[in-house]
Amino acid sequence: MSAKVKEFPGEEVKSADLKAGKVLAIRDRPQAKYVFSAGIAMSKFLNELKKGKILASTCNKCGRIMVPPRIFCEQCFKPTDGWTYAKDTGTINTYSASFVAGDASRLKEPIIVVVVDLDGASPGMGILHTMKEINWKKVKFGMKVKAVWKPEKERTGAITDIKYFKPLEGE
Amino acid sequence: MFGKKRVAVIGAGLTLFRRNMKETGREMCWEASKMALDQAGLELKDIQSVAYGSAPDAFDGIHMKGENMTDSSGAWRKPFSRVYVGGGTGVFTAEAGWWHVASGLFDTCLVVAEEKMSPCQPHPAQAFTTIFDPIMDRPHGTTLIWIFSLEMHRYMHKHGIKKEQIALVSVKNKGNALDHPCAQLGAKITVEDVLNSEIMAWPVQRLDISPTSDGAAAVVLASEDVAKKLTDNPVWIDGVGWCIDSTYWTNRDLYYPDYVECAARMAYKMAGIKNPPKEIDVAEPYDPFDYKELHHMEGLLLCKKGEAPKLTAEGVTQRDGDLPINPSGGLLGVGNPIAAAGLMKVCEIFWQLRGEAGKRQVPGDPRTGLAQAWGDLMQYGSVIVMRR
Amino acid sequence: MSRMSMEKIQDPREIRHWPDHMETDYLYTLGIAGERFFQEIKKNGKIMGAKCKKCRIVYVPPRMYCEKCFGKLEEWMNVGTKGSICTFTVAHIDLNGNKLEKPTIYAMIRINGTDGGLIHKIQGIDPEKVRIGMKVEAVFKPKDKREGSINDISHFKTTK
Repeated sequence: MSAKVKEFPGEEVKSADLKAGKVLAIRDRPQAKYVFSAGIAMSKFLNELKKGKILASTCNKCGRIMVPPRIFCEQCFKPTDGWTYAKDTGTINTYSASFVAGDASRLKEPIIVVVVDLDGASPGMGILHTMKEINWKKVKFGMKVKAVWKPEKERTGAITDIKYFKPLEGE
Repeated sequence: MFGKKRVAVIGAGLTLFRRNMKETGREMCWEASKMALDQAGLELKDIQSVAYGSAPDAFDGIHMKGENMTDSSGAWRKPFSRVYVGGGTGVFTAEAGWWHVASGLFDTCLVVAEEKMSPCQPHPAQAFTTIFDPIMDRPHGTTLIWIFSLEMHRYMHKHGIKKEQIALVSVKNKGNALDHPCAQLGAKITVEDVLNSEIMAWPVQRLDISPTSDGAAAVVLASEDVAKKLTDNPVWIDGVGWCIDSTYWTNRDLYYPDYVECAARMAYKMAGIKNPPKEIDVAEPYDPFDYKELHHMEGLLLCKKGEAPKLTAEGVTQRDGDLPINPSGGLLGVGNPIAAAGLMKVCEIFWQLRGEAGKRQVPGDPRTGLAQAWGDLMQYGSVIVMRR
Repeated sequence: MSRMSMEKIQDPREIRHWPDHMETDYLYTLGIAGERFFQEIKKNGKIMGAKCKKCRIVYVPPRMYCEKCFGKLEEWMNVGTKGSICTFTVAHIDLNGNKLEKPTIYAMIRINGTDGGLIHKIQGIDPEKVRIGMKVEAVFKPKDKREGSINDISHFKTTK
């Protein structure tokens, strides 16, 4: 290729030139709003969060207790067999300290992002959440954590009814 | 041999990879496709089918962009299909092209992969926020970099790997890319540069990441009888594999990519490969982040779990090492226009096996090569084994 | 424990929905061919086409390549501002389904002597009177109001 091809096609435009209007461009913002149906399992999950509980579903064939709950077990490909609750404590499976926000802007104080394997669910059954009340450099793999909930009247039935996870007392 | 006909790659084309290209997505597709056709010595009328791949429409900002790209991918009034599996698309599109010919349905297939990420404002990262579950993940303000940083951290923790060891991959690949004519970010950097770069989401730092890019790539596939008439040097696709894991990524242990192993085993079985580290002469695993090259080397069974950093430190993965990895410069150095990046790796293996990779040529007359792509929420693996 | 799949939600107040969006801004470059096409419209009020000599087609809008033979298109020409209505529709509602103040005529206009066309508005005629085949001509905005967009042409008017 390098031997056979003399020039590779393509014309670069510098970001500065684009922003300064030196190259013609069209701006647009498509309308794209959505209202997702939460479905059978997640509707129940959200309603239980409002009550301060974490709903899980069980599969009798593989024996898993699953969070988030689902109406079918994706591994056995059959309907799940019932509901139960996971605890609002768990251990840190993995974590990160993010200095970037969703729109690529920078943050002074990092968001501590965690995957928490919940107690009462099958091993490795994690959920994504954030952590507070700790310096990000002190977070450890396997650390025990507990959910900090919004007061009942502020809960709306959302994953953010749990404000964040904090280190469990005694850690 | 699997399928009704043996399939060869007989031409490859690539555009420059840059942060902003003046060309529209269609113009880039045409540039890469035309080059591939010219290299193969074919005209558009000789192409019987087209397989096109591109990752989210949300980057280009053109809904159903597959349809938008048809005429520029040579598909005017031809059988055309678009495939899309996130980052796995680039290699998977070549596999889709392979089905077209291996099935006996067509003798030729033009495979095109394109991505124009620059239209998405304020930054292409914006488009990635909507891949996450709206109820469980998005309410936290989740951004794509989090899932990588969580995976990288888990991988490091499980095997006790340090950042310095991972940074060597970024140094190698960006250095390799200096010899790639299309590269966006070829550079001579050091481990210190990586460790001193801006912390994005610990442990991910700026120089651990590949850039966002615009670009397109194409290859021409032909059945055995057609290929042998056109060239003395066809490169055969001897193994294909693909696999996807559950979307419940927080229910999985991210330290090891089982789905890549699954796809690799499928491809190795087809290609009759029993000892990958010995039988693969050159490999292009997907490297959107530096740790990913190591992660995927292990998933591809090119070394034991946790062993990839050691091979890198020992120089085994350099171009003149025993197992050259990403001689092109990979995504870290050449650029990451999502789908085109994967197909760029297929192009690289094609040129390497033919001895046409110029300054990037791996010595020792490589005969068996591998390209792999990864995609979605740490879910998808696509693996292709090529031989001369 | 009851079998979950049999257990439908009985009380409609328990059915949950989650609102969200997938909106973001886009900045599209016009491409190699598009940049040239729209610069001619913006600066010179000219509509350009690109010719494929092999296939004997004149493309409007012009492109870098011919879709039929895949050849590079290097011959560009001024195709004038006149054409005819290939097909048209009269819109009574907007993007969001709200009624428009006045119905708007949108047409696919075949530019004379070309195989291409432009989608644009037809003004200065009663929607009831529009017919396929009617001759039309482009009306440009004043030069200082042009930005390098299809809307630099304000509309097409019917001619005799």
